[in-house]
Amino acid sequence: MAHLLEVNDLEVNFALRWGDLTAIDGVSFTLDKGEKLGLVGESGAGKSVTGFSIINLISKPGYISGGSIIFEGRDLSRLRREEMRRIRGDRISMIFQDPMMTLNPVFTIGTQMAETVLAHRNVSRHDALDLALDKLEKVYIPSPEKRLTQYPHEMSGGMRQRIVVAIALLTDPALIIADEPTTALDVTIQAGIMDLLQELCDAENMGLILITHDLAVVSQVTEKIAVMYAGRIIEMGPTEEIVNRPRHPYTKGLINSLPWGRKAADRLTQIPGMMPTLTDIPPGCAFHPRCTVSEAHCLEKRPDLQPDRARDHVVACHNLGMLKG
Amino acid sequence: MFAFIVRRVIQSIIVMLVISFIGFSVQHNIGDPVRDMVGIRVSVAEREALRDKLGLNDPFLTQYFRFVRNALHGDLGTSYFHSKPALDVILSKAPATLELVFGSSVIILVFTFPVGIYSALRPRSWFSRFVMGASTVGVAVPVFLTAIALIYVFGVELNWLPAYGRGETVNVYGWESGLLTMDGIRHLILPSISLSSIMLPLYIRLIRSEMMEVLETDYIKYAWAKGLHRKRIWLVHAFKNTLLPVVTVFGVEIGILFAFTLLTETVFQWQGMGFMFLEAVERSDTALLVAYLVVVGAMFVVINTLVDIVYGFINPMVRVTGVK
Ligand SMILES: Nc1ncnc2c1ncn2[C@@H]1O[C@H](COP(=O)(O)OP(=O)(O)OP(=O)(O)O)[C@@H](O)[C@H]1O
Ligand SMILES: [Mg+2]
Repeated sequence: MAHLLEVNDLEVNFALRWGDLTAIDGVSFTLDKGEKLGLVGESGAGKSVTGFSIINLISKPGYISGGSIIFEGRDLSRLRREEMRRIRGDRISMIFQDPMMTLNPVFTIGTQMAETVLAHRNVSRHDALDLALDKLEKVYIPSPEKRLTQYPHEMSGGMRQRIVVAIALLTDPALIIADEPTTALDVTIQAGIMDLLQELCDAENMGLILITHDLAVVSQVTEKIAVMYAGRIIEMGPTEEIVNRPRHPYTKGLINSLPWGRKAADRLTQIPGMMPTLTDIPPGCAFHPRCTVSEAHCLEKRPDLQPDRARDHVVACHNLGMLKG
Repeated sequence: MFAFIVRRVIQSIIVMLVISFIGFSVQHNIGDPVRDMVGIRVSVAEREALRDKLGLNDPFLTQYFRFVRNALHGDLGTSYFHSKPALDVILSKAPATLELVFGSSVIILVFTFPVGIYSALRPRSWFSRFVMGASTVGVAVPVFLTAIALIYVFGVELNWLPAYGRGETVNVYGWESGLLTMDGIRHLILPSISLSSIMLPLYIRLIRSEMMEVLETDYIKYAWAKGLHRKRIWLVHAFKNTLLPVVTVFGVEIGILFAFTLLTETVFQWQGMGFMFLEAVERSDTALLVAYLVVVGAMFVVINTLVDIVYGFINPMVRVTGVK
């Protein structure tokens, strides 16, 4: 069966005054119908740029400079403006990081929901509002009728994010891209939003790309994890594999820095050093300056993703043979 | 919203008291109502008797409260030159000035929004670059130069438009209007353009920069992600948010527009309040000057309150909480 989404060798550049800067450098992954993928990595790894490039909405000087994004059989990177508009918010919905900033402060919730429906369906405003009400109930918002006439500032952050989730559901999309949907929220309500997303994706058989720097979160929600570092995917596989048997030294570092590391005896550790900025990515393996097992050959050639033991588990590291466990 | 309006009204009353106090102090110190009433050929003793009778020897505050009480009854003193109640003189001149300000506002609205929005959406186009360059120069050109250039080119050389006076006016319930005749409107064009010229570059720049800022926000990016049509994103989502700061600035700048009517009306021989004010200065008609101060102050307060209420309607945050 064909995949729902197939990203092949995606390359994204930012056209800066002194020349192009490559932010995403050969990213490939697939997502099936109803499948959930977690995209993790440090700040600046390229998670958001990857997510936004799928709907061709990279912020200004950025553009897709190579590769293809096949979604439901069509290459999104080559669509004309109107064709792309019809997919955005209809077949693919986005959830942004900060619900305080995503809803327009001067329009009611009802208006912001109805306009989304009207942009994609040939229905009356009245029917659009009915649909909105229906979806507000799906995300467990108390007194949904009242919400429709309210403005964003009359609601808490968690409530607003539920509304953003409801907007994402309006058109029954095949894919939801959620860029750090809970990072800006209170810790106490983060889990609620995550559970909601998971429940809805399962119920409606929607694909999900969950972008976060929090491995703990994705490991509970998604079936697949891709770890990004300096614009590339360096390890990808089933969640259970990545969490329990990480292969790449960077992924291992991430797992070890979690409070619930594999062995209770392991000290909580941070990976020393910082991810390089795009302007000075080291030659060879971009991770080698911070790597505990790097060798001379790590500086010479950039490692490609290669299959590891388990099915679908791929790692980009030269020293896999030496790595135990 | 109700609390908001009540607060604005109280603020307005305080502002009016301050203005009237300043106005009264001016009159108290430099004006001479006795001269205004009887001229200068009356003996000193008679004048003194008259001063007593008029209460002009009462304490300052007593006189001030009397001034306020009279003002509330519509009595702002008597114009020495016109020998008519000062308020009547001003009100007969007000329509001319208000129509001039109105004409300029229309020109400002019609030009600045499309141009400002376009140059925000297409900042690199040659048109936007030209507008930005022109507005930089435009800010620096003094109004009287614009006015004289307009008169010279369109009034004298091309002879397309009249350059002096209001033309034919129609009296509608006591309002002397030039907006109802073709001739009146033709007379309004050049003065309105030169008065609006002080604001055009400023507004184009303001609208452009506010719009560009709004276009960078998350909620606009989100509107794209929802797959809305770009017309809706630009002209509904971005526009309404751009409007908020622009309305605020308009409320402040309308005072400057009134101030510049003094100059514009003089250059174009426009028989409005500004023209009258400069005449009153020449004739030391203090009662008229003070009345002008109070009336223009009141207009300014009313317009500002209206602008704030409009702002409240655009911005939902004000409506609910009553504070900005
Ligand atoms: N508008 C832009 N102009 C230039 N470079 C950009 C721009 N947006 C992103 N980048 C570059 O792309 C890289 C990836 O950014 P991205 O926002 O995808 O990171 P991220 O993984 O989402 O990080 P975070 O966790 O901070 O959101 C960054 O290192 C940044 O330098
Ligand atoms: Mg990000």
